[in-house]
Amino acid sequence: MKRNISQEIEPLKALQEFTSARIAIGRVGTSIPLKQSLDFKLAHAHARDAVYSELDSEHLTAAFKQFDLPVLHLHSQVTARRQYLQRPDMGRKLNEASLTLLEDYFVYTDIAIIIADGLSATAVNENTTGLLKELIPLLSASGFKFAPISLVEQGRVAIGDDIGYNLNAKLSLVLIGERPGLSSADSLGAYLTYNPKPGLTDETRNCVSNIRPKGLTYKKAAKKIFYLISEAFKRKLSGVDLKDNDGLIES
Amino acid sequence: MTKYRHTIRHTTYKFQDLKTLLGMASPYRSGDELAGVCAGSYEERVAAQITLADVPLKTFLNEVVIPYEEDEITRLIIDSHDAVSFNQISHLTVGEFRDWLLSDETDTETLTAIAPGLTPEMVAAVSKLMRNQDLIAVAKKCEVVTRFRNTIGLKGHFSTRLQPNHPTDDPKGVAASIIDGLLYGSGDATIGINPATDSPAAVSSLLRLMDNIRHQFNIPTQTCVLSHITTTLQLINEGAPVDLCFQSIAGTQKANTSFGINLNLIEEAYLATLSLNRGTVGNNVMYFETGQGSALSANANFGVDQQTCEVRAYAVARKFKPLLVNTVVGFIGPEYLYDGKQIIRAALEDHFCGKLLGLPMGCDVCYTNHAEADQDDMDNLLTLLGVAGCNFIMGIPGADDIMLNYQSTSFHDALYLRKVLGLRPAPEFEQWQIKQGIIDEKGNMISIDPTHGLLGAMV
Repeated sequence: MKRNISQEIEPLKALQEFTSARIAIGRVGTSIPLKQSLDFKLAHAHARDAVYSELDSEHLTAAFKQFDLPVLHLHSQVTARRQYLQRPDMGRKLNEASLTLLEDYFVYTDIAIIIADGLSATAVNENTTGLLKELIPLLSASGFKFAPISLVEQGRVAIGDDIGYNLNAKLSLVLIGERPGLSSADSLGAYLTYNPKPGLTDETRNCVSNIRPKGLTYKKAAKKIFYLISEAFKRKLSGVDLKDNDGLIES
Repeated sequence: MTKYRHTIRHTTYKFQDLKTLLGMASPYRSGDELAGVCAGSYEERVAAQITLADVPLKTFLNEVVIPYEEDEITRLIIDSHDAVSFNQISHLTVGEFRDWLLSDETDTETLTAIAPGLTPEMVAAVSKLMRNQDLIAVAKKCEVVTRFRNTIGLKGHFSTRLQPNHPTDDPKGVAASIIDGLLYGSGDATIGINPATDSPAAVSSLLRLMDNIRHQFNIPTQTCVLSHITTTLQLINEGAPVDLCFQSIAGTQKANTSFGINLNLIEEAYLATLSLNRGTVGNNVMYFETGQGSALSANANFGVDQQTCEVRAYAVARKFKPLLVNTVVGFIGPEYLYDGKQIIRAALEDHFCGKLLGLPMGCDVCYTNHAEADQDDMDNLLTLLGVAGCNFIMGIPGADDIMLNYQSTSFHDALYLRKVLGLRPAPEFEQWQIKQGIIDEKGNMISIDPTHGLLGAMV
């Protein structure tokens, strides 16, 4: 039995150096060997746990003290994760209490940083502080003024439009947990929107994706985001038109 | 006052038009709730189904769900309807049609004969009155056979699309997955790559890579890069080796506009691909992908439920005699199909509806990580589709697509299905596998020799 399995795997093993796809995994009968089957299950478990993970607000708030900015705790109209998954429209809008809270902070600024759980709070919990440590100094050095940092539960990307608009910020930067893949449950995405206001759609945004230690590193991601923000302010726009000119950015 | 109404005890349920009735009669799924077209209660849903059962099939030729003047797919459906084929069933109501489909007298030949007389809305309607078992039983009676370099869809046969995607389209990475897949007997429906970028140069090099492998090992199959139809058209004009022309399609003109396509454009690409004349045993050259929820996600559903929109996309596919039609059922996410139950139901509906309309239906048995589903649900669906006579599924290394970040079916899954159901690959491909020493005459896998020629392809 054991002898057979290794015979099946060995000749193909050499192919594995060319791709991270699950090739050359052997077979038992026509089925996937147990080890490979459990590897897959574990990766899926990580992804599933990430979808149901929650924002660690306390820890994040403490960590953000170093940036010397007020932190606002906001919530979308979604009340439970099940609803979040089925009603993207509700995850794009703030609830009443959050809108009321924002009224006290309507002061013109350049950039509103908005942090939302999205589809992986794990990604946010693990990667936002590291990214902001690289990014905020770059932006500060260029003289950009910041709105308070918003920490949003059950949020989708477009909730940054509501928040940026109600904070009177010229640009919203949403850092959000991306849909977990089997190879990465901790990918953070950054979406920036110039002149944010309710009702905008994806073509008005620019995105930097796969931010995590094993993907796009904090330093590289910060450089990319900084470049895009600088260009957005220079050209007074974001989205498809800005993207066309981002030849300087390597992925 | 509406003619669509039904009273249960003291409540009279009224449905203002056919479109509303179809939505309310649909088995529950999250996308219809998101669209605000589903029934408000279990009772209302059954009331709608009872009402729908009494609607004559003829009504569907007079009452359209999206206006004729505003939508080219409605025009296609109405203008291409074959009254002669319809004659045999024109006296039936939707409910009677369901019973007629299931009766022993209605066989493969009968079903093939009536297909041109059916509209998508008739087929969607009857599916809403059918249990999963009914969808399987009738689909099993259909046989839709298509040909290019091999023969796909024969009863007792079952094919796979080898899907060797790579996050950066790296040629060696793609080739490694192709070789792995071929050695597991995958790829008779097509070897088809979803490119990471739609740049013509990148797509062209992937086409040449696959064409070289196919020539080198004399494989009786067809290859495809799933680029946008305009990219494929450009590459055809530049002389790239295009076997199949791919496009994602939806069931409303507005949704297709958001995909950057229309019927004229598809026609142009269809004729261009046909003119290459690269098929050896047939000339079905189109490969279409669909999926419930695409119209709503483009904000182009016009109050029509997502399953009816999906079947309308099959009218588009039918016009161009495709080799393959693939419903990518669970890719769209839980806001449209929430869990394994909804994904399985949707896939069986799509397969049944497509087959009834005469399409070579396959299914990407799949889910994303934010859906309430796992590989067990895929095993269930895979097995059900095998029983239903599905033409093909996907073959992806370990069921894990590292470019599109979702889970589908593995090379092993197809081998499992062939084994438990006694299904065989496309005949020409089966002979090739025997010659290559991949399977024996009985279809059993043979251990791969380390000196096998395919392994040398990477050197």
